[in-house]
Amino acid sequence: MSATLDRSTRRRATSARRRSTARRADVLTGYAFVTPQLVGSAVFVIGPLIAVGWYSLHDWNVLANSFTFTGAANYQRLIDDPSFVDSLKASGIFSAGLVVLNVGLALLLAVMLNQRMRGTTTFRTFFFSPVVVSLVAWTIVWGFLLQADGGINGFLSQIGVDGPNWLRREDTAMLSVIVVQVFKNVGLNMVLFLAALQGVPGEIREAARVDGASAWRSFRSITIPLISPTILLVSILTIVGSLQVFAQIAVLTQGGPGTSTTVLVYYLYQQAFQFNEFGYASTVSVVLFLIVAVLTLVQWQTRKRWVFHEV
Amino acid sequence: MRTVRTGRGWLAVTALAAITLAACGADSSDDGGTADGPVELRMTVWTADEAQLAMFQEIGDAYVAEHGDTVSDVSFETLPFEEYTTGLTTQIAGGNPPDLAWIFENSAPEFVDSGALLDLRPVLEQAEGYEFDDLEPDALNLWSSGDGLFAYPFSNSPFGIFVNLDHLAAAGQPTPAELIANGEWTWDKAAEIAAAAAQASGKSGLVVRDFEFSAWDNLATIWNGWDARPWSDDGTTCEFDAPEMVDALTWFHDQVFVEQAIPGPGTTADFFAGDAALTITQISRASALDDSFAWDLVPLPAGPAEQVSVIGQAGIGVFADGPNAEAAADFLAYFTNPENAEKLSTYFPPPRTSLLNADTLKAANPKLTAEQLQSVVVDGIKGAQTKPAHAKFSQLQQTVRAELDALWEPGADVEAVAASVCTAIDPLLGG
Repeated sequence: MSATLDRSTRRRATSARRRSTARRADVLTGYAFVTPQLVGSAVFVIGPLIAVGWYSLHDWNVLANSFTFTGAANYQRLIDDPSFVDSLKASGIFSAGLVVLNVGLALLLAVMLNQRMRGTTTFRTFFFSPVVVSLVAWTIVWGFLLQADGGINGFLSQIGVDGPNWLRREDTAMLSVIVVQVFKNVGLNMVLFLAALQGVPGEIREAARVDGASAWRSFRSITIPLISPTILLVSILTIVGSLQVFAQIAVLTQGGPGTSTTVLVYYLYQQAFQFNEFGYASTVSVVLFLIVAVLTLVQWQTRKRWVFHEV
Repeated sequence: MRTVRTGRGWLAVTALAAITLAACGADSSDDGGTADGPVELRMTVWTADEAQLAMFQEIGDAYVAEHGDTVSDVSFETLPFEEYTTGLTTQIAGGNPPDLAWIFENSAPEFVDSGALLDLRPVLEQAEGYEFDDLEPDALNLWSSGDGLFAYPFSNSPFGIFVNLDHLAAAGQPTPAELIANGEWTWDKAAEIAAAAAQASGKSGLVVRDFEFSAWDNLATIWNGWDARPWSDDGTTCEFDAPEMVDALTWFHDQVFVEQAIPGPGTTADFFAGDAALTITQISRASALDDSFAWDLVPLPAGPAEQVSVIGQAGIGVFADGPNAEAAADFLAYFTNPENAEKLSTYFPPPRTSLLNADTLKAANPKLTAEQLQSVVVDGIKGAQTKPAHAKFSQLQQTVRAELDALWEPGADVEAVAASVCTAIDPLLGG
């Protein structure tokens, strides 16, 4: 009896050791898989983030090779800097314009292409294709089209309209940059809206139709509320993306005319890489990081509500 | 519990790996050689021309052959022209500066005043067979501070006007050569023939190359004729609102928006593709000419005040804090000695008076006649002015550009814009 118990205990102990060894091996394997990503994040994301915060507390003159601790001086300078306020305004205008035009157009296209008719797949492909085109190539081509003697004004002159010098006037430069960006990415939002629209149950719309609701009323009171989480999500994604706009500004306007298109990231670039003010530029990037972080937090909250809604 | 400990262990390993990698990154910025052995030298340049790079490499290899005990390799790294200074300062910020670098003239005071560059005067003066006194003193001004010389002006390319003779003939206009012979070669006359040619051809008249209503320092080729300048010689006082500058800007504005002699903003016109009658640019662009139209090269016209020659310069400097500064300075002395300067003159007019003659330059510039070289290059370099430069040029460039944008409208108030430029840049000049 005692020998049987001993054997049983030994078996259980051996089995537990095997399980433990296997479990440890699993854990090690798991960590082995995530280590490259963890190291990459530490070196290329977390490390630079901490470094930028540290640099923002310094006056760093690259050429003179000086790196002097100045405490909050750069943050004070930021508050007093009218050019920074201008760049915030430019970013705000760009983001607002982009969200309104991009989300509006994407929703319109999605509704139109959500119909069962011939050619919708072709049109979907047509509107989505700019998303996969190189951003810089896309922008350079638009730069030619928007010149005073470019393709757009050439077309306008054919119909008797004297087009403006789009990229050289303060009242049209920002609009031009926004439109170029809208056409570049509207296809992506369109696809998101299409997916949301196809998730709206047909029977609810059918019931509304039976109750005598017009198509517009049905769209306003049924479709929009049901896809509102997607509208919110797309809007926030677009705003966060719009704060990172750089290539379009660098290629099309270089921040001009005046400072009308000097958005936050372009201002940061100027300070760091044109004026060699790396410390001050780090301060600007800390503020940009905080803005993006807050918006991402909002997006996260929205997403949670969206998931709850879906469930 | 064990899992948590293992997790902590892995986190510690990860953090250690990250720090090690970062440390490796920092180490990689060191020179290619050891403290005792021969070193590798690296020079950043903005040319991507294969023939030019091949010539540099040939000189570099010859130096290594003679100085193998101190230098094992010399390499030339091309950074894109448009982003050159940005690329260079990024390398410096990243702790990986080159040993030698080409430097734009408009960045010269910024680099010279920063203390980043080594004083080359003692090295060049003492280098055997260098003939330091052969260097044109005017060419060294921009790169000097006190008694020190902080870069060697390897390229001194004068601005001139290239002329499309076919466009002028079709419009029945006199050639600049004829106007020069009659003593009538003025900016007004140049604009007059340009406007007439543009009207006849339907193309552009006079193009200030590379200006594009953004790089305003290129307008110095014009406003010097009015004796105008953007700021005082000591760089502390704005002179955009001075009468001379306002007159020069008014003239330019009228030629763009009233006379249509100069194409307006947003118009692309490449003289070398036959799109314009005249263009202001450096003679080094002559290589872009083919035989598709008859052309000439003439000096800049005279303004109401005077005729001023303008040169575009570029320097080569050695970074003082670099680990190989001494070897790099010695290589520079070799790279720019009389023999190699003559080789380099194929592409870059040198600052050596002994080489600044039409015969030497003719061999290097077969497309230009001896007369063109004498009038534009040889006569142009002596006593020439350089384009605007300042210790805070990069900030000034952007600030002035932003203010001048208001000028490039048909009904612009030139005086008000000039005043707004001064209001905007006064803090930079005074600070």
